[in-house]
Amino acid sequence: MTSRTVMRFMIGFYILLFFGYLFGPLLLMGVTAFNATSFPQVTPWEGFTTAWFVQLLQDDQMIDGLTNSLWIGLGVVCISVPIGLAAALMMTQIYERVRPYYYMVVVSPVLTPGVILGISTLVFWDRMGTAVNAEYESLFYNGMWLTIVGQSTFISAYCMLVFLARLARFDKTQEEAALDLGATHVQVFWKILIPFLRPAIFSAAVLAFLTSFENYNTTVFTIQAESTLTTVLAGKVRMGTQPDLSALAVIIIAVTLTGALVHEFLKQKERMAQLRQEKAAKAAEQELSATMGL
Amino acid sequence: MNDFLIVFTAVLLALLLQPLIQRKAGHLWSAVSAVNFVRKNGAFLSLYLILAVVAWMVFMIILPQLYMVDFSFRNNLPLAEVGGPKDVHTLKNYEYLIFGRETDEELLNWLHLSVFLKTMLASIFVTLLDLALCYPIAYYMAQVAKGGQARLLVLALIVPFWVNEILRAFAFRILFGTGGVINSFLIYLGIWDEPFDFLRADVGLYAGLSYAYILLMIFPIYNAIESLDHNQIEAARDLGAPWWRIHWRVVIPHAKPGIASACTMVFMLSAGALAAPQILGGPSSLWFTQVIYQWFNTGGNWPQGSAYAFVLLIACIAFVMTVMKIFKVTLGEITK
Repeated sequence: MTSRTVMRFMIGFYILLFFGYLFGPLLLMGVTAFNATSFPQVTPWEGFTTAWFVQLLQDDQMIDGLTNSLWIGLGVVCISVPIGLAAALMMTQIYERVRPYYYMVVVSPVLTPGVILGISTLVFWDRMGTAVNAEYESLFYNGMWLTIVGQSTFISAYCMLVFLARLARFDKTQEEAALDLGATHVQVFWKILIPFLRPAIFSAAVLAFLTSFENYNTTVFTIQAESTLTTVLAGKVRMGTQPDLSALAVIIIAVTLTGALVHEFLKQKERMAQLRQEKAAKAAEQELSATMGL
Repeated sequence: MNDFLIVFTAVLLALLLQPLIQRKAGHLWSAVSAVNFVRKNGAFLSLYLILAVVAWMVFMIILPQLYMVDFSFRNNLPLAEVGGPKDVHTLKNYEYLIFGRETDEELLNWLHLSVFLKTMLASIFVTLLDLALCYPIAYYMAQVAKGGQARLLVLALIVPFWVNEILRAFAFRILFGTGGVINSFLIYLGIWDEPFDFLRADVGLYAGLSYAYILLMIFPIYNAIESLDHNQIEAARDLGAPWWRIHWRVVIPHAKPGIASACTMVFMLSAGALAAPQILGGPSSLWFTQVIYQWFNTGGNWPQGSAYAFVLLIACIAFVMTVMKIFKVTLGEITK
């Protein structure tokens, strides 16, 4: 019995250690955001300050990068969610024999290193631009546009996977019933499929935006003369380290923590609602079978 | 004026040809709607599906890759000479990776080859380290923890990963730098007097990389273990199997697809990582992606960079194929 308790103690200790590893670095970084020393460090403690947050807000480069990141994120959402949806719907309809090959192609961007996606997008558009003798100001050489396209290449695949997961639970008979009752295909699409997929559309959009917002590997090649928040950050961290980066991290952590908690809360609510629904359905079914059984 | 004329004639032509086009279009439409796909989806949906998927597949996935590969077999030319007599295919860029310049004394280009080998080996090391770190947690979450506790653990795992990749690496720099937390603490304890340069020794890099992909390692394994019937573990325990044999003979075989998929993802991401090596790598050690980055930025030789990128891609594909062979899993299971 003692060996069992020792085992349990060790497991608990390991979990503690693991989450210490997970949160420790972030917590320490958070502490440095409030330390008055000009280099991000925990010791020596030279007093509490919020000066780094003020400095952050005055950093034009960072603000520019942030604005670009937000626009790019929006563009990526607008491109990848419709593409992901189309690709997922196509998946359910394509010939059985072609399906594995189709899947291989559309899922390959998930497995391709981001660096390579960035390079191939950059080279493709550059060579196309050269081929049609495009001007330097045109879309072919526009860092923002290239970044949106490059990121959408793999983010569309993420969205497709989200939609496929939801579609796997779609009840085909709903669609057939609507068609039998005289609905057109467009009506079925808008009135049945889209409402069913709405939660997936929402989570795909959020996923697309966040992935785009924090992407570095693809962006660093496609962005060229422009900048996004991550490329500005990477430049700053490589140049030297300043506590205002810790301040930014504190803000990001605070935002994500709230987001995660809200998300968890909503999911919990949905789960409860589903549970209630299932219970009600079961009760109704029992009642029905009881009356029919008479 | 010229543009206006073109538009004007186009409109005129369209008006003249309109009856003809309409009759033809009628034929075309009846032919198209005979196709099962169009009949099933209607015109609007079919158009949307086909346009979106074809645009994505052709212009975002396939053509860019092909152009990159083609570009990697070309000379690095100034814009004026593109399409000229010098714009021919060559193996030069790949030769350079293996043999270096002809004027070099060494037979092989050890500088870049060793970076490539180091990147591959270090990525495998990071993957195995991550597997060792994460397997117990995944098992605990899937089989031991109760509902509420498991959800809390999942949430605790996810939150750190929404923090930007760069900032995560930055946190590790604060931790491992010469004036960082660990050094200050160890000097305070009197373990050593001089700060030890963890970043130069690549300790910071390995810690940062394995930290970055914890989530991707845990979830596939967690999903796989969760589908294992707990009764099987109970049965094995009742039959007297020690804990390590339960894992070796029951849990791990069941979780094999999850483990394979997690390992491929983590390997690919570490081999393709750029931010962490740039921020946490020692000044004398490079990651292969950094060499590629140099060709595109300061090096100004895009074809050479494309060749290096293609080599990286091939290496990654080879790795995935090997893992799929060894673990006998399919692509669908890996990307689940």
